[in-house]
Amino acid sequence: MYRYDDFDRQLVLERTEQFREQVERRLSGDITEEQFRPLRLMNGVYLQLHAYMLRVAVPYGTLRADQLRQLGYIARRYDKGYGHFTTRQNIQYNWPKLDEIPDALLDLAKVEMHAIQTSGNCIRNTTTDQYAGAAADEIEDPRPYCELIRQWSTFHPEFTYLPRKFKVAVTGSANDRAAVKVHDIGLRMHHNDAGEVGFEVIVGGGLGRTPFVGKTVRDFIGKNDLFSYLEAILRVYNRFGRRDNKYKARFKILVHEIGIEEVQRLVEEEWNLIKDGSLRVDDAEIAHYIEQFAPPAFETLTDDDAEFERRKAENREFANWVRSNVIAHKQPGYAIANVSLKPIGGIPGDATDTQMELVADLSDQYSFGDVRVTHEQNLVLPHVKKADLFSLWAELKNANLATANLGYVSDIICCPGLDYCALATARSIPLSQRISERFSDLDRQHDIGELKIKISGCINACGHHHVGHIGILGLDKRGKEFYQITLGGDASENAEIGKIAGAGFSEAEVVDAIESLVTKYLGIRETGERFIDTYRRVGMDPFKEVLYGDR
Amino acid sequence: MSLQVVTANRLDDGLVVFLTADGGWSENIDQARVADGKEAGNALLAEASVPELDIIIVGPYLIEVEQQDGGLVPTKYREILRTKGPSVRQDLGYQAG
Ligand code: HEM
Ligand code: SF4
Repeated sequence: MYRYDDFDRQLVLERTEQFREQVERRLSGDITEEQFRPLRLMNGVYLQLHAYMLRVAVPYGTLRADQLRQLGYIARRYDKGYGHFTTRQNIQYNWPKLDEIPDALLDLAKVEMHAIQTSGNCIRNTTTDQYAGAAADEIEDPRPYCELIRQWSTFHPEFTYLPRKFKVAVTGSANDRAAVKVHDIGLRMHHNDAGEVGFEVIVGGGLGRTPFVGKTVRDFIGKNDLFSYLEAILRVYNRFGRRDNKYKARFKILVHEIGIEEVQRLVEEEWNLIKDGSLRVDDAEIAHYIEQFAPPAFETLTDDDAEFERRKAENREFANWVRSNVIAHKQPGYAIANVSLKPIGGIPGDATDTQMELVADLSDQYSFGDVRVTHEQNLVLPHVKKADLFSLWAELKNANLATANLGYVSDIICCPGLDYCALATARSIPLSQRISERFSDLDRQHDIGELKIKISGCINACGHHHVGHIGILGLDKRGKEFYQITLGGDASENAEIGKIAGAGFSEAEVVDAIESLVTKYLGIRETGERFIDTYRRVGMDPFKEVLYGDR
Repeated sequence: MSLQVVTANRLDDGLVVFLTADGGWSENIDQARVADGKEAGNALLAEASVPELDIIIVGPYLIEVEQQDGGLVPTKYREILRTKGPSVRQDLGYQAG
């Protein structure tokens, strides 16, 4: 796995010390809140409803066991014994004290972690497929490119004051698990006609108050040219992105306003000036980064394990977990195990200090000390021997981490909403808990099949509601929470923004409304259809009818 | 006209506080100084916004409250949550006691 070099280590330590001084100056009155605010935001420190919030970067969602263990320690030492994993593959702490945050950052730096690029109008922490380096369906591990992007973008002097934040996501697989089409830049790895590996470049996607699916600005860019091409895009954005209006400042608005052809023309023009310059990365350097993410020392195994098959046949609960939470690995005899942070009635994405420490230990024991954070707010042990799955499952189960619901109706993405967030218009967590309880019966969930419900507590859409098969947006209607339902959203390679079904529902009505949609789907689905497939076949009307009748 | 109090977050630990009668800041809304009407509210906010307080609190603002049997209760649900803590974690925040 990627390890810091001296330069990285120095950079992070310097940054930590710098922030410690800034905090001291703030506390002693040498600088005002107005002066301090941008500084704290550059270090992942927000002020939320009840307290400060610290957002820690998990670059491309990859953690080592010692890092996750440290995240657990930080939850206990500086917070109230838990953390919240987010759709940005990061972790947020909800109760740190400002005067202790410098110490927390120092403890993070000890395991090569930090809060840089988690906030502010910079190029944010790059996200990718949580199964990178493990998935049977990937072309190549995308993380070497993510790491190169991290190095290129961290403290990039030209791009520290962009018009607005800027998010890049990368997928190395045709099955997009990183929602690349709803990012400012999405990179999809594929082969060109000559059989070379490179990237389709998609720009101008995003959620928030004006959601867009990104558009392709270039079908193929070779690996060596990727970074100069990204630089060209950022230059165009930095120059033409709107700074007059915060709500129109994202890249997606520029792409929408001037059109993809014009963006393409500008980018290509810029790129032609710089493509042969210092940002061209040669094969040797790329190979160096690929080496950093070399696969662990897999044993040579056959793909089927008799013991594993026997356990499945004997234990239905285990078999169910395998069916939903275990995914094909590229290495024979190994599998990818998803650790659900969505227990029935729980808070999506929350993990306690001891759960983090346990998963860290289990990853040391079963997964080469490798853990992933998913944008769907779960954890992953990416390299588990099939022969070990049963023991792993038993230990996860003891810690309430083995809910067999991955991709099912209770695997809900949910932002913190009004329970924590200062910008929220309604609560989102209680709703996700009630939906999960309503569908608590796992047999019923498995029968319903894949169904992605995503909930945001305001129009900023941190909970990705626009791309939920069923999306829920919490709003405030004359002082009361109410919820707008969207249907047909999709975050995958077939990305789509959901459509608003109609008038919103009160807090009391909304769970019944969701259930009526599911019941309708079960009544009209054809064999093999998921909710989203049925929706695409029949359209909005049948669903609208169950929601509103003649209303 | 409405009753109001001033709330903010404390600088060092970020916790929710209310401006009290003696010009201090309390975690307990019942100790908040209440202003009646728009003018009194603005005067209260002006008092809470002086530069000297910048090293004690962050982001003071007025909220509407009602006098109920149990004490002062904000009219907005958001502010009720701030006096208690997350509704989904009753073991945390002021509500935990
Ligand atoms: C707690 C404090 C948070 C604040 C103040 C905040 C603020 C915002 C704002 C203002 C936007 C809209 C940006 C725009 O459209 O230009 C946004 C979008 C977004 N945030 Fe958050 N957010 C918070 C928490 C989170 C959390 C917990 C997550 C992950 C679960 C998250 C992930 C995202 C994502 C994925 C988007 C939409 C994608 C995009 O268009 O950038 N945020 N956030
Ligand atoms: S969607 Fe709104 S309520 Fe939810 S975390 Fe983002 S800003 Fe807060």
